[in-house]
Amino acid sequence: MNASGDERPSTSEHPELPGTEKQYQRFSRLNRVLHILMIVSFISLALTGMTLKFSYTGWAQFLSHVLGGYESAGFIHRFAAVIMLGVFVTHIVDLARRKRREFGTWKNLLLGSDSMLFNKKDLHDFIGNVKWFLHKGPRPQYGRWTYWEKFDYFAVFWGIFVIGSTGLMLWFPELFTNIIPGWMLNVATIIHSDEALLATGFIFTVHFFNTHLRPEKFPMDLVVFTGRMEVEELKEDKPAEYEAMVQSGKLAENLVEPYPPIVIRAIRVFGWTALSIGFSIIIWIIYAMLFAYR
Amino acid sequence: MRTSLLILAASVSLAFPVNAQENSDCLMCHSDKSATGTRKGKTISIYVNEAKFSGSIHGSLTCVGCHAELAGKEMPHDEDVAKVDCGTCHSSEQELHAKSLHGKAIKRGDPLAPECKNCHGSHDIYGVKDVRSQVAPLKIPFLCGKCHQEGTKVMQQRTIHQDHIVENFSESIHGEGLLKKGLIVAPNCASCHTAHSILPHTDPSSSIARKNIASTCARCHAQIEAVHRKIIRGELWEKQAHVLPACIDCHQPHKVRKVYYDLGMSNADCLRCHGNKDLKSSRDGRSLYASGDELSHSRHAKIACSQCHAEVNSSHVRPCETITKKVECSSCHEEVGQQFVKSMHGQLLQKNDVNGPTCKECHGTHGVRGKIDPKSATFATNIPKLCARCHREGEKAAVRYKGDEHDIIAHYTESIHGKGLMKSGLTVTATCTNCHTAHGVLPKSDSLSSVNRKNVPETCGRCHHGIQEQFENSIHHEKVGKTDKQLPVCSDCHSAHTIQRADAQGFKLEIMTKCGRCHEEIAKTYFDTYHGKVTQLGYTKTAKCYDCHGAHDILPVADPKSKLSHDNVVGTCQKCHEGANRRFAGYLTHATHHDPQKYPFLFWTFWGMTGLLVSTFVFGGMHTLLWLPRALQMKREAKRKREANSVKTDATTNNETNSDDTQQ
Repeated sequence: MNASGDERPSTSEHPELPGTEKQYQRFSRLNRVLHILMIVSFISLALTGMTLKFSYTGWAQFLSHVLGGYESAGFIHRFAAVIMLGVFVTHIVDLARRKRREFGTWKNLLLGSDSMLFNKKDLHDFIGNVKWFLHKGPRPQYGRWTYWEKFDYFAVFWGIFVIGSTGLMLWFPELFTNIIPGWMLNVATIIHSDEALLATGFIFTVHFFNTHLRPEKFPMDLVVFTGRMEVEELKEDKPAEYEAMVQSGKLAENLVEPYPPIVIRAIRVFGWTALSIGFSIIIWIIYAMLFAYR
Repeated sequence: MRTSLLILAASVSLAFPVNAQENSDCLMCHSDKSATGTRKGKTISIYVNEAKFSGSIHGSLTCVGCHAELAGKEMPHDEDVAKVDCGTCHSSEQELHAKSLHGKAIKRGDPLAPECKNCHGSHDIYGVKDVRSQVAPLKIPFLCGKCHQEGTKVMQQRTIHQDHIVENFSESIHGEGLLKKGLIVAPNCASCHTAHSILPHTDPSSSIARKNIASTCARCHAQIEAVHRKIIRGELWEKQAHVLPACIDCHQPHKVRKVYYDLGMSNADCLRCHGNKDLKSSRDGRSLYASGDELSHSRHAKIACSQCHAEVNSSHVRPCETITKKVECSSCHEEVGQQFVKSMHGQLLQKNDVNGPTCKECHGTHGVRGKIDPKSATFATNIPKLCARCHREGEKAAVRYKGDEHDIIAHYTESIHGKGLMKSGLTVTATCTNCHTAHGVLPKSDSLSSVNRKNVPETCGRCHHGIQEQFENSIHHEKVGKTDKQLPVCSDCHSAHTIQRADAQGFKLEIMTKCGRCHEEIAKTYFDTYHGKVTQLGYTKTAKCYDCHGAHDILPVADPKSKLSHDNVVGTCQKCHEGANRRFAGYLTHATHHDPQKYPFLFWTFWGMTGLLVSTFVFGGMHTLLWLPRALQMKREAKRKREANSVKTDATTNNETNSDDTQQ
């Protein structure tokens, strides 16, 4: 983490590359690891699942063979599902630990200013944002978590519940039909597949735009991988959080050394890979839904 | 008869005890029609018809000339008179008879054995040439037949090695000549068997002993050697010069058939000219060479040239100049010939179509070999090549064919039958002729064709019999499936020439489209569920139509014997899903979310999900689209501000701080 040796100036093509100034740490290491695992498992699930959903397209047939056949694809799908579930459980456990260490009670954690739960400010921010979109007001002073970030966060909860539960039914149909009738498996298939379509579609378009593609972050925001962002950027992007930090004097506590360029480059490669796969899947979905749908 | 004769003699001698015994003396008593006497305790008639006797060949003889015992006896004579001994006068005949089968039987005391009078009569004996005679030629078959026809004691109780003797004889050319044409010179029984010296053929002195047969026949057919066909079945008729073979080897006794052969020619006679390789037809220049070697290795090795090339006349210098017709194979292969005439090939020939193949097109000419000979063009493994000569794409039969089967030879070669035959060398594998027949080839539109729809199951069933049995009990067979729609036959699913193993990947992936040709909806919806989707990806491991419904034994779900009936469905699922239970079997394998009537749950789930999806995207999309122009504007403003800042700092500070400034 502490890479003081490398003093090379940033390259001209990426003016936002970290220099030697200390940066604000937004995400813990665990959260970053979980996010990477989430990306890997999510993309794996999407790719393998889509081959079945869009089995009528040549792309699906090609991909299925690249993945080693439907059985191997199925294995990857279930393996990734387990990882994602692991990510989810780890996050919950981490929350519980942080509650104990930093907040004391669930109430403090859930209702504090840094909570992921939606609160009144989010409603105001949303209204303010729409006004700003329409040139009817100033840009809202976003706090630590914007409402769209919270939306993405809870989308995972919803997705884990809906896709995960139906996925288990389809994974163990013999077991589940001891309780539910056979036709429920058909229903589960539709829910599983359409909810997955919603999740992939949303992540690879709306989420990608909100975090990476919007002009001030273009082409991607590395904060979720490095965990660090420049203080200037924080000031610009989350003014309310910056103000709070400055006032409580906690900003200095959260300043860390930036990563060396080699790490940044590796992160970029990973990020680009994930982005490209995501976009490819979107193109594939559009093609499958609009031009090859049956 | 015998007894009455004796009684007659006895009573004559009793009544007239005088020396001068005139026939009239005897007839004093024996002309009385009611006169009786006794013989061995039995009462018998002793009447003698004077008129018949005086007209008979013995009419001029005295009674006591034969009944010698009564000569000089007083009349009336004693009863139980001794038998007349014909041998007194007919000693040579008597001698022959005694040695014969009949004579020996008498000696043995066989009650069925015939004596002189059984054939010749007693007081009414006439000469052989007298039509009244019992032994006149025309009567002999009936005379012998009294004992030697079916149902008589002789035929039933004695060992006679021939049967239906009289019937067969009467139908033979000999019998016909005698009995129908009245030719008294035609042979009767006695002509061959002799009259008195009848002996079994095992007796070397018999007229019908193997070594004597020829001379017996030659008694009439004296010049048979001069006219008999010389080459029979490719061999010389006479093994040794001027020694006739046993006629009965070919012409069975009592069944001498009316077979007329052309005047014989030996192959050597033909090959004198046709053995010359340069021999050409003067008419069209084609080679007229016939290889004796080729013929000798053929199926027809023992058939003479002239048997096929009929109409030769050996009395001509060039015996073949009398030939007017082509070789007619059906003169021997009659049944095949009749089949061929009705076939497509035969029909074309009859129309003088140049495309119509003749026998030799497939079987060759002098080198013809049987289909079991691997060198034969009609041997199983050679048949595809043979048919391909005309039926390969681009060849004449394929060109005139207007149906939908193309590249048949190429397809067949790649089919399981073709591979079995050509690659595995299995001669029992179906080749062209197994399905299309060899000589009865007809287009499938013809109801008599072996490949006509209604005949296909039977044709395939000739090898795949077990499958045929299953199929005939399935809903797809007309015995079970009552519908006005066309029911499928083997070729609808398996194809004709591209047929492949049912466990081959290609077959498994195609079966849905095969079933789908009729079961359109249900095949489409199959692809909406997991089984179908995996199949669509190109994998064969998930359930296909036949895995659940059965293949040849397919039955409607309502049938209790169906694999999907209430009692069987769980077991069917368990074939793949070991833990399947009754509820598991309720999974809808053909479900679609497009049918609100049939599957309302799925329909509404789908539209609920779609609604959620669409509304989320509309919301997210709007948010993004509104944001984008504002974000761009913000970025432009920030850039402008930065530039303004840098200009300001440039003016006040050194240019070394430049890099710091750009960071802002």
